[in-house]
Amino acid sequence: MFKRKYWLVLALLFVMFIISACSEEGTETNTENEGEKETATATPAGPQEIRVRVNDDPDFLDPHRATASLSFQQILNMFEGLFLPQPDGSLTEGLAESYEVSEDGLTYTFKIRQGVKFHNGDPLTTDDVVYTFERLMGLNGGEKLSKNFDNVASIDAPDATTFVMTLKEPNSNFLYSLTALQSAILPKSNDGKHNENPIGTGPFAFAKYSPGTNLELKKNEEYWQEGLPYLDKVTFVYQSDDQAAVMNLLAGEVDLTGVPGHRVAEVEGSFNISHQNNNSSLIITFNEEKEPFNNLKVRQAINMAISKQDIIDSIFSGYATPQGSNMSPAMGDYYLDGLQDVYSFDVEKAKKLLAEAGYPDGFKTKITVSSHNDMYPNIAQIAVENLKQIGIDVEIETVEWGIWLERVYFGRDYEMTTIDLTGRPSAYEILNDYISTNDNENFFRFKNDEYDQVMADVLKETDREKQIEYYQRAQEILTEQATAVYIADYEILWGSKKNITGLKSYPFWFHDMKEVKFN
Amino acid sequence: MLYIIRRLVLFIVTVALVSIITFGVFQILPGDPVKTMLGTEADEVQIESLRKELGLDRPLHEQYMDWVQGLFTGDLGNSIRFSMPVSDLLMDRLPVTLSVASLALVIVLFVALPLGIFVAKRQNKLSDVLLSSATQLGMAIPSFWLGMILIIYIGMNFDFFKINGYVPWSESIAGALSTLVLPALTIAIPQIAVKFRYVRTSILEQMQLDYVRTIRSKGLPEKIVMYKHILKNSMIPILTIFGLITAEVVAGTIIVEQVFALPGVGQLLITSISYRDFPLVQGIVMYITVTVVFINFVVDILYSVIDPRIRLR
Repeated sequence: MFKRKYWLVLALLFVMFIISACSEEGTETNTENEGEKETATATPAGPQEIRVRVNDDPDFLDPHRATASLSFQQILNMFEGLFLPQPDGSLTEGLAESYEVSEDGLTYTFKIRQGVKFHNGDPLTTDDVVYTFERLMGLNGGEKLSKNFDNVASIDAPDATTFVMTLKEPNSNFLYSLTALQSAILPKSNDGKHNENPIGTGPFAFAKYSPGTNLELKKNEEYWQEGLPYLDKVTFVYQSDDQAAVMNLLAGEVDLTGVPGHRVAEVEGSFNISHQNNNSSLIITFNEEKEPFNNLKVRQAINMAISKQDIIDSIFSGYATPQGSNMSPAMGDYYLDGLQDVYSFDVEKAKKLLAEAGYPDGFKTKITVSSHNDMYPNIAQIAVENLKQIGIDVEIETVEWGIWLERVYFGRDYEMTTIDLTGRPSAYEILNDYISTNDNENFFRFKNDEYDQVMADVLKETDREKQIEYYQRAQEILTEQATAVYIADYEILWGSKKNITGLKSYPFWFHDMKEVKFN
Repeated sequence: MLYIIRRLVLFIVTVALVSIITFGVFQILPGDPVKTMLGTEADEVQIESLRKELGLDRPLHEQYMDWVQGLFTGDLGNSIRFSMPVSDLLMDRLPVTLSVASLALVIVLFVALPLGIFVAKRQNKLSDVLLSSATQLGMAIPSFWLGMILIIYIGMNFDFFKINGYVPWSESIAGALSTLVLPALTIAIPQIAVKFRYVRTSILEQMQLDYVRTIRSKGLPEKIVMYKHILKNSMIPILTIFGLITAEVVAGTIIVEQVFALPGVGQLLITSISYRDFPLVQGIVMYITVTVVFINFVVDILYSVIDPRIRLR
């Protein structure tokens, strides 16, 4: 009797052992499938291998499906478009060697670069280029993946090196939709597998993806730019906690990470700190369809009552550039300076404006913020204190990111909120959020006829100087209308090992590893 | 046999109820998986095409029945967030979580049991009072804070310990231990505090019983009195608590994996909930349910091993 029961226990233990042994084996074969023994996750990288910490997984590895800036920050190392974005916000020829635009601005003719190979060894052909755009536009049987090319009337490849696109209407911003951000060139031969086994022409090739853990890229030995890249391996390590990331940098477990402003002092001595203008706009905004935010004077009063400097000092330890409109100095010529001083902090004036608007005693409202980043609830706290001084009583409602998106961004069921609008390389795409017919992105419900007109005119304008004038006028309108409280473009501070060189910063999220090396 | 069948039926009912509740909760919760995943930069074309591809545009009961059907063929469906099979994701991460949990359990067992016996023998002496008050502290410490403290004072000072990530056992045993010991300690310390008090009380209770006096007066050596009689008789309540603690340890891995950036099931659960990744949450909830039910089953069997008067019915 006794014995039999002991056997039962032994059998159970044996089963448990088998289960855990089986699952161990599972991982082992996975690693072996990759063909190479990877280095232990926690050991510091070797000579030309970098470990870069990023906050979260990419949404997709397929560049046509990915939308989050965080995804492109990583996967742009694998893919290229006809044009390559540059750190100063301009474009250079990438997989297109040269191009011509017809007089009427409708026909774009590209010469495809010869001798470029995909990571699987296949040469780049015009077939692949045609396939890429057909896939994006939903012309080869699949779902349409992007609306960036709705304005394209036809695409054609008249010979083996030429690719032609014809537009329905002229669009001076069109070339910006030809970078890997919007139209990475993918090989036709990899159709249906772009997400599991992404293949591009970029300096690094896909090696392995472990969800929630890391993404490993290996050197593209046959990269078309001679001598590049230098690194043999790039690993993007996922770690959502900023504070823990700093500890990992100090412990040598990652080579590069973003460092929160208040912790710079700890890492400054032994690591390089580089500053990147994020090219974003951090805003506190309102639902302009709702009372009392449909009143210009109320919006102006709030603009004057919120102290941008308080927010910059306490949230970003001073590492931020105050803004007055939705454009960052990182955008160079397109940026209009001076708007940041239009509504300077002035409680008395704000009170007066509020009284003129018919709210001498202020009002009650609610600010809905997402909890996925501490920054938003913290900013809301400061704003609430500031607004109390002019009699506006604001309640803070903190919600999950998914709920914020559903309720505020897509549902427009909110009164006030705060968010940072991420930067893009094109001035048009930064400013088009406010066009009244852009129902998808205009969650402010901003409606201004002059603004719509300016943004329509700029697409027809081919002269760059005149385009700049239009874009600057658009920024002025946003300030005049006090569309939002434009707080700042906060800097991202990158802490990196001292022997790393070649880091570049772009006016959008991109960890460009092409020229990075350890010395 | 009858016992096993009854257990099995109970298990199926539990799983079915749990899965319906999880599914229901996800329909009530605000937040949309596709929008959450694609964020503010998505346009309506991308959102619609992905929703169609994932089959999220179909009626709810159809989505649920599909999932149940898959379950019978061993297919847990595809994760929305990671676009890969849920079973692959789970299999990748189970070794991590099971390793942390078993290591933590071993630590609890090997520390709490001897400590409890040691203190019971010295009732009301200084060592007993000191240890008993120390356990009050151990019970009060939240595990995320303890984890941070261990990272700062042990992880940062000893090269051996890694404070981030996981090294598979198959690669290096020392490497695996270097990533697992601190998280396991984080879970174990508060549990040791709880368990040790139960061991102490349970043994003290037995010590006051008549049979102990009788065997002592019979002249049995103290060692045999303690280990052969008292300990064995006090095992039933200790075992009950042990079963509960195992469930707590499994739950504890969720927090600890977050603190130590261990790529385990708990970390996956948090990600999947915030992304409203329904198939993945279902898969993980299934794993937790199965584990807890299985542990209770083992505890029931152990009862009858320790005390043959208890029969499995």
